[in-house]
Amino acid sequence: MKTYDLAVIGGGPAGLAAAIEAHKQGVENILIIERDRELGGILMQCIHNGFGLHHFKEELTGPAYAERFIDLLKETGIVYKIDTMVAEIKPDKTIKLMSSEEGIQMVKAEAIIFAMGCRERTRGAISIPGSRPAGVLTAGTAQRYINMEGYMVGEKVFILGSGDIGLIMARRMTLEGAEVLGVAEIMPYSNGLTRNIVQCLDDYDIPLYLSHTIIDVRGKERLTGITIAEVDEKMQPKPGTEKDVECDTLLLSVGLIPENELSRALGVELDPRTKGPRVNQFMETSLEGVFACGNVVHVHDLVDYVTEESVRAGRNAAAYLKGKRFKEIQRRTVTAPGNGIGYIVPQEICEMPEGESVTLLFRVRQTYKNAKINVLADGKCIKNVKRPHLAPGEMERIDLKLDQPYETLQVEVEV
Amino acid sequence: MTEMICIVCPKGCHLEIEEKAKGDFIVTGNECPRGETYAIVEMTRPTRMIPSTVRIEGGLLNRLPVITDKPIEKKHIKALMKELSKVTVTAPVKRGDIIIKNVLDTEVNIVASRSMM
Amino acid sequence: MFDITVIGAGVIGASVSSMLSKYDLNILVLERENDVACGTSKANTGLVHAGYDTHAGTVKAEMNVMGNQMYEAESKRLNFPFRKVGSLVVALDDEELDIVKELYENGKTLGIEGLEILDGSKVKKMEPSITADVKGALYAATAGITEPWEVTMAYMEHALENGTELKLNYEVKTIQKTENGFLINDEIETKYIINCAGVYADQIYGLVCEKPEFKIVPRRGQYYLLDKETEGYVNHTIFPTPTKMGKGIVVAPTIDGNILVGPDSEDLTLEDKEATETTRENLLAVKANASHMCGDIPFHLNITNFSGLRAEPDTGDFIIEMSKVDRFVNVAGIKSPGLSSAPAIARRVENIMLEALGSVKERKAYIDTRRARVKFENLSDEEQMALIKEDPRFGRIICRCEMITEGEIIDAIHRKCGGRTLNGIKRRVRPGAGRCQGGFCGPRVLEILSRELDIAPEAVVQEGKNGYILTSETKREEA
Repeated sequence: MKTYDLAVIGGGPAGLAAAIEAHKQGVENILIIERDRELGGILMQCIHNGFGLHHFKEELTGPAYAERFIDLLKETGIVYKIDTMVAEIKPDKTIKLMSSEEGIQMVKAEAIIFAMGCRERTRGAISIPGSRPAGVLTAGTAQRYINMEGYMVGEKVFILGSGDIGLIMARRMTLEGAEVLGVAEIMPYSNGLTRNIVQCLDDYDIPLYLSHTIIDVRGKERLTGITIAEVDEKMQPKPGTEKDVECDTLLLSVGLIPENELSRALGVELDPRTKGPRVNQFMETSLEGVFACGNVVHVHDLVDYVTEESVRAGRNAAAYLKGKRFKEIQRRTVTAPGNGIGYIVPQEICEMPEGESVTLLFRVRQTYKNAKINVLADGKCIKNVKRPHLAPGEMERIDLKLDQPYETLQVEVEV
Repeated sequence: MTEMICIVCPKGCHLEIEEKAKGDFIVTGNECPRGETYAIVEMTRPTRMIPSTVRIEGGLLNRLPVITDKPIEKKHIKALMKELSKVTVTAPVKRGDIIIKNVLDTEVNIVASRSMM
Repeated sequence: MFDITVIGAGVIGASVSSMLSKYDLNILVLERENDVACGTSKANTGLVHAGYDTHAGTVKAEMNVMGNQMYEAESKRLNFPFRKVGSLVVALDDEELDIVKELYENGKTLGIEGLEILDGSKVKKMEPSITADVKGALYAATAGITEPWEVTMAYMEHALENGTELKLNYEVKTIQKTENGFLINDEIETKYIINCAGVYADQIYGLVCEKPEFKIVPRRGQYYLLDKETEGYVNHTIFPTPTKMGKGIVVAPTIDGNILVGPDSEDLTLEDKEATETTRENLLAVKANASHMCGDIPFHLNITNFSGLRAEPDTGDFIIEMSKVDRFVNVAGIKSPGLSSAPAIARRVENIMLEALGSVKERKAYIDTRRARVKFENLSDEEQMALIKEDPRFGRIICRCEMITEGEIIDAIHRKCGGRTLNGIKRRVRPGAGRCQGGFCGPRVLEILSRELDIAPEAVVQEGKNGYILTSETKREEA
């Protein structure tokens, strides 16, 4: 059985950055395992630009951003397998790999980095009633068909969800000749980038129906229409506001969920708020020597932050392989989401050497204007920042230097 | 006075632009100079970066992602899509390869977003 | 000229054909949809009932009790999944407890084994998810679960392997009486017809009979299907105390490890034979109702909703008989416990046919069993490696949620009664049935179907023959 120092599960932006960093830090025997036909992850179907503004100070398309890392990877000589699925991970870090080419392979790794990314929320998750015809699919699946396989998924389209994926697909479908009849969003605001509202909806006169949801789907074998309705503050449809829309395609862009089948099977502790593993600032999970980074930990908006987080995971996996044991650090600070905060990553901070700072990434639960973010250490406010604009769709970050080990670090919104 | 949202970077500053005299614009609300340029261009000659795909033969995938190498005037978008439909490239392709040079005489090139074997 | 034409390829039509396929007869099955098991058999609770709620002297009772007893052996013979999980009919107050006790007595009268009345605390111990108010329950050890479409496909495949012919996308529009039997749609000659047309059985019968003695009212039931993460929420099938509308809304484990909640019971009009939509109000009612019985049902882990129509006969009982039209057999009104009764119903129809036909020769080279499908995930590492060595396509995992390989999908396409649609593959081998609901595997399954069936990707459909998924290639050159 082949043994590796480090196995990285997932060859998307998270896995690539983590592996490259581990290699930079001297780890020699690294294996990247990727289930798709090439490296790059979800970026390879995100053909629009907007990636890399922070990391490369340039605006790149998804594939171009990925390729920068793939080129770097190829220089390192790190071994990677494509078309290969991780079927199982045993508690002793033996990994069962499966592929057509190599059949079943058992490999052992001293350290593992989870970089499996996330999946899309489905129709069932929000129980949209009606018939169940062809023509209802998630925006990401449509994106793959159009951008990679080269097939259109419909001609008259309606989109549910005004996050960036929904907005991007509104433009994409229009440019490929479809009629996009509208985008419905259940919240009273869109959580996509404003620039995408302009260049994906306004540019093409596609109406945005805020505070609306879909209450019916019609069509026996293929979609023939839907009904949208306005919702009240309790997100319930308001009678009398129903509007029938004739369409043959419904794209759902209703949320992303970290993909943690393997994490769960291995017994890694998950945070019910993020649906990803609980990690410390070293990106180590509850299991020793098992790290995680990228969308598998929490869904990011900017791939640049994924890269940063994954570099951290790679660096610390390398430190672990050189003998550093984060689990031996006695004092732990637990981060706790306070008023208005949905979740915080990392969930735990281990005692840090002098002078080092920790980055807290978090999301708020609703929009705020002119609010303050307070960081309370054991009840005492140690930092506050003003934020003119806060929204659930925009991940926030706070960098902190902790002068002493605390029990709890709470982050809250003050209006 | 026209209101608009800057799309140059993901910040999305809310801009206000007023034409004081012919060709003389005052822009407010921008957090960087690119926003001012954007507002004036948007008022006079609006442009966009347009990503899309072209057919590729012999490649790993059926489509090659491409993008305009600089913003193209909005009025050309529909015709641009038609031009892209006429193209079939053959693998291998390198990221940055020019797929269509000076498309529709706009001095904008369509380049490959990625390499593909 | 066919000896027997079976109309309808649901679980009843399939089991009847399978049972008759042991004879040297030319059997044809006609199915109006694009696959077998596309009507009621696709969208029900998948339960094999013990039968304690049926009434002595009824056809239902006889069929349910016999069918239940036959399931274990049938599942082994034909390799479809079946598990005796046991069921609990829960009583939340004294009145319900009285009814539950009556069911127990009724069950004993019918000769059903494994019945027991449990007190509230015992029930709570068995199933902690049941509400603390539970007063008691009827436990039935012989109650089981299965996958209704797998049962249908197993029977159908067995019939096809034994000379039966199947025509899909074939709607019976006219039936003329002839000297020797019948002429269907002016083109199919058959000596006998067995009407297994589900919610349409009254309409089909009406094609030969001016005044059909029964009407079939479609009764709709809607469901929630919860993520496999909820496995173990309940380990037995949990029923409320029944009412005259039926067995009530159930919370049940599925054979694949999910939890199923439903169905409600809504009578539609006679004409609404296609109304399988889910509705907001009814789904909310299912939620509320089930929550009386079980606390904290993890509805936030719902992965899909669906609904199905049961064939409710206005005469009350199963109708399994040679009709008043000679050579026309009705197998109608087969609502719950239809799935449970299927093997017994097939046997009864077999007897009806033997009586009508007189002597019949047995089929030469009749194969009694049906080849199991490979469940890759359940094989040992050594077995998996051997299989991949033989066929590398078993090494490529297509469905991440359910760990299904390309090899299994290809087998499901090419075997008799194979799947040719996305949903057909989902029913046979699971991709698309898991938590991603086809988001990841969909494009890959589509590609495999396109390749294996040698059809363009745009020709692959989700379910019905007009349910296309892709419209055209992008970047088509304008004419």
